[in-house]
Amino acid sequence: MRILWGFLSGLVFGLGLVISGMADPAKVLNFLDLAGSWDPSLAFVMGGATVTAFIGYRLVWKRSTPVLDQAFDIPKSRSIDRPLLTGAALFGIGWGIGGFCPGPAWTALPLLAPGTLIFLPAMLVGLWGGAQIKALGLLDAKGAAT
Amino acid sequence: MEMDTQTAFTPWASLGGGVLIGLSAVMVMGIFGRIAGIAGITMGALGGIMPLRGAGSDRDWRWAFLLGLLAAPVILIAAGGTVTQTVPQNLFAMAIAGLMVGTGTALGSGCTSGHGVCGLARLSGRSLVAVATFMTAGFVTVFLLRHVLGGV
Repeated sequence: MRILWGFLSGLVFGLGLVISGMADPAKVLNFLDLAGSWDPSLAFVMGGATVTAFIGYRLVWKRSTPVLDQAFDIPKSRSIDRPLLTGAALFGIGWGIGGFCPGPAWTALPLLAPGTLIFLPAMLVGLWGGAQIKALGLLDAKGAAT
Repeated sequence: MEMDTQTAFTPWASLGGGVLIGLSAVMVMGIFGRIAGIAGITMGALGGIMPLRGAGSDRDWRWAFLLGLLAAPVILIAAGGTVTQTVPQNLFAMAIAGLMVGTGTALGSGCTSGHGVCGLARLSGRSLVAVATFMTAGFVTVFLLRHVLGGV
């Protein structure tokens, strides 16, 4: 059951990415190009997704536990720290160069564009590297208690 | 970077697709109690094949979710739909971009879906700061590449 529902959730997400245009780097890059060929479509993707999740989350949180798991696992960290800001800035620059964020990179993979075939493995290497940097605390402020 | 490819403004398709993405986020929360952040789901899945600090240990549904992502365009095309896509062709730039997106989302604990959709839906201040940061970085990067450097 967990496998089936995991697959269906991913399928719905992927269909959303393709239908919305988010899986097309040209559209993403045009969204980010305020001064040029601006295409505001992705604001509608973000809006539709966030409002749906906002309402849906509040409905499912009325349950005491998720349907197929023990407990709701919600991130507890509230600190706005150096890894968060450095990471988000790095991610934004990469997003602006390639037009892919992680979800669309997966969904675009079966279309086998050369750029995607290079981007995705590089992203996996980056995820691994980023996890190491974070685990080693390389970005923690000097002398800061962690 | 190549020069701009014109894309049509598609408010309804984008809104509809966005609702599907939100629906998936609600499914993942309601069924598994987790945030549907693709960077986090990928980390959790990767944790199954290599040691990875901070990766989620519930790998079964994560692998299935990624398979679902991969199946989406295949099913759309098999059903007679078309998938329009223009991927940048500068492979060196794509390698750098992939590295930065991976490293950045691991360090920053989230991407467009985790901080963007799910974090904003939770009204997380931390996610709001992350979204503002990566959006600004994206806008500035495209401005520099397209309008200052003029398409390298």
